[in-house]
Amino acid sequence: MSLDQKEKIDSAGIESDILDIIAKQAKVDRAKLTRRTALAELNIQSLDLVEIIFALEDTFDLEVPYNANDPKSAGVSFENVGDVIDGVAKLIAERDARKTA
Amino acid sequence: MNRVAITGLGAVSALGVDVRAHSEALRAGRCAIGPITNIATEELVTKIAAEVRGFDPASYFESGKLALLDRCAQFALIATREAIAGSGLVFHDELRARAAVVIGAGVGGQVTLDENYYRVYGQGAKRLHPFTIPKLMISAAASHITMELGITGPSFTVASACASANHAIGIAFQMVRAGSVDVAVTGGTEATITFGTMKGWDALRVMAPDTCRPFSHDRKGMVLGEGAAVMVLEGLERAQARGAEILGEIVGFGMSSDAGDIVLPSADGAAAAMRACLADAGLAPGDVNYINAHGTGTAANDVTETKAIHMVMGEHARRLAVSSTKSMHGHALGAAGALELAATVIAIRESFIPPTANFTAPDPQCDLDYVPNEARAQRFDVALSNSFAFGGQNAVLALRR
Repeated sequence: MSLDQKEKIDSAGIESDILDIIAKQAKVDRAKLTRRTALAELNIQSLDLVEIIFALEDTFDLEVPYNANDPKSAGVSFENVGDVIDGVAKLIAERDARKTA
Repeated sequence: MNRVAITGLGAVSALGVDVRAHSEALRAGRCAIGPITNIATEELVTKIAAEVRGFDPASYFESGKLALLDRCAQFALIATREAIAGSGLVFHDELRARAAVVIGAGVGGQVTLDENYYRVYGQGAKRLHPFTIPKLMISAAASHITMELGITGPSFTVASACASANHAIGIAFQMVRAGSVDVAVTGGTEATITFGTMKGWDALRVMAPDTCRPFSHDRKGMVLGEGAAVMVLEGLERAQARGAEILGEIVGFGMSSDAGDIVLPSADGAAAAMRACLADAGLAPGDVNYINAHGTGTAANDVTETKAIHMVMGEHARRLAVSSTKSMHGHALGAAGALELAATVIAIRESFIPPTANFTAPDPQCDLDYVPNEARAQRFDVALSNSFAFGGQNAVLALRR
């Protein structure tokens, strides 16, 4: 397996885990989630979002610098499902860069 | 029905360990928030708080007694001693039975709980010190006050998160007003700046990384404080008859529940508590000169509280002063209402409005007079002190000069 292939498999796994976390918290069928699904249309309230972030941190061993009073400071958008996937991927890359540094 | 006078006051917080220090800091608009020093912060997101600094418990308590006192009970006893000394009360046998102790606390002996759980879960300790339970119980501070003063009347602790102290003072006020006791020693205490608790606050994602800026456009959340404030309440006639100095009069108490969200505040619930307080006091909105706001500095509270003040006060909302002293002493949770009523008593006696510190620029959704950064010299007669807790438990006190 080439390094490229391995990275693709990992990112598919990450995406799958994220979809599981959001679907579970929003109590919706995972198959209905697309990258464009807005968290707001899933009726995700502030505490739900905090729980999602907790699950993301716990699953991927990350720190998401999210402050409910200042959501933009996190550097990760929680507008729609695709934002979350991209944001987590970025944080994982940063985490791994720190580990190898 | 008795009118209810405040005849003694004691306060411990990051602003200092007596009322004089509080008066000076409130007047100067001095923010006592800074880097946390009592616990390691490397593993914490939140690295700031308003700690009681330079505090040596051994200078207040002999070692045998200190072994039984969690930090929150220490604060409560120090504030009680100041309040009783100021009141001039002597607890003879008859008065001891006619006095009550009602103390608010959010969580109780958290330092004791945190340290001892770490010992068993983290370090595998096989046994804990036998004083663990009597130190951590939420009612311990109230019990120690009864023991120190010999009070044999009613004593208990009130817990309603961030509204605990206002509920405690309000119930004590009702007891003295109704004549079920002659004197009440009341207030709130809290000491929760522990590693475990801070991890919990970090997880809630509402803590400010910089400082507490209530009502300011760039506010980023709350900052924890700690401490205690205790006051002596007694019937006005009784207080006057013994020639006591009257520090202020509590004239009303209002409560409500949001029956809404476990963390998000409700303007309707907050407004209902303020209206209930005004009705209890027989005050009209136009009588109120100053509101010591709950003002946590979170995005949600400050907008909601502003809306609630508009709902209750109507056009008068723009004529009264509103400030959050949490900007200086932090959010002391179960002690918050007591420290804030203490600040309001000091302000009404010394004729100034304490400022909202750390204020940079207005938020369009927070459009009242928040007395930014500098205390205002102003003689005034009537104030409200708001406490709106997580879980929608609201309590408002009314104070008159």
